[in-house]
Amino acid sequence: MSLGTATRAAYQRRMLRPAGSNFELWSWYFFRVSGVLVLFLVFGHLLIVHIINNVDVINYEFVALRWQTVGWRLYDWLLLFLAIVHGQNGLRVLIDDYVHPRGWRAFAHTANWVFLGFFLALGTMTIVSFPFMPGLRPG
Amino acid sequence: MLSYRGREGYWAWLLHRVSGVAIILFLFLHVLDTSLIGFGPSAYETFVSFYRVPVFRVLEVALSGAVLYHGINGLRIILIDFVETATRIQRQLWYVVWASFLVLFLPAAFFMLRPVFFPTLGVVR
Repeated sequence: MSLGTATRAAYQRRMLRPAGSNFELWSWYFFRVSGVLVLFLVFGHLLIVHIINNVDVINYEFVALRWQTVGWRLYDWLLLFLAIVHGQNGLRVLIDDYVHPRGWRAFAHTANWVFLGFFLALGTMTIVSFPFMPGLRPG
Repeated sequence: MLSYRGREGYWAWLLHRVSGVAIILFLFLHVLDTSLIGFGPSAYETFVSFYRVPVFRVLEVALSGAVLYHGINGLRIILIDFVETATRIQRQLWYVVWASFLVLFLPAAFFMLRPVFFPTLGVVR
């Protein structure tokens, strides 16, 4: 088999999306779609929070002021949601690849799902429950 | 026999996994530290003050590097998945990933580390 044929065969195998269950298929697509969305959101986040500003100036007031704008809460929540679910999906794949003993595997998968729920809930609560403070203005 | 281990595609794959794990672990910490904002200014700033220490500033840059690599290599993976030509040139694409990485990372690292280590460098007053 020539190299070209081998590559072609490998390519055609790859083009068959994960089969067997819809879950793996959707997870595969979600991985890619969320990755692109997170890429844009995280570049904006890095630029604003770590380059234009930095941890020297980020304090309670900085976050409070930012979260007076609903749009920024939405931005942060979207980044939180997509990044956590994308990361949990990644950990799930790693557990499948590396954790072989049945007991540990079940434990790791369970812990991974618990983490997903916990961090999504905590992050969402943090963003949603933060008060709007009339009178708080830039400057 | 096509050798994969030790070649570009292998390192791209391994680094993608390692950087991904580093990012999600920090993300867990970051959700925890941000949740302190609900407990008022002193709770939040006690924790955030750790991030202002020089060691953490270097780790912050390393994390940003991990995010940049994971993101740009992720685009390479998507290209390989959907474009046949990209599959054939996946090795060359890895070098494109690194070139794009350096173009974005070096200036970012400079602006992130300047206030800590050389605050006057290039600052026009």
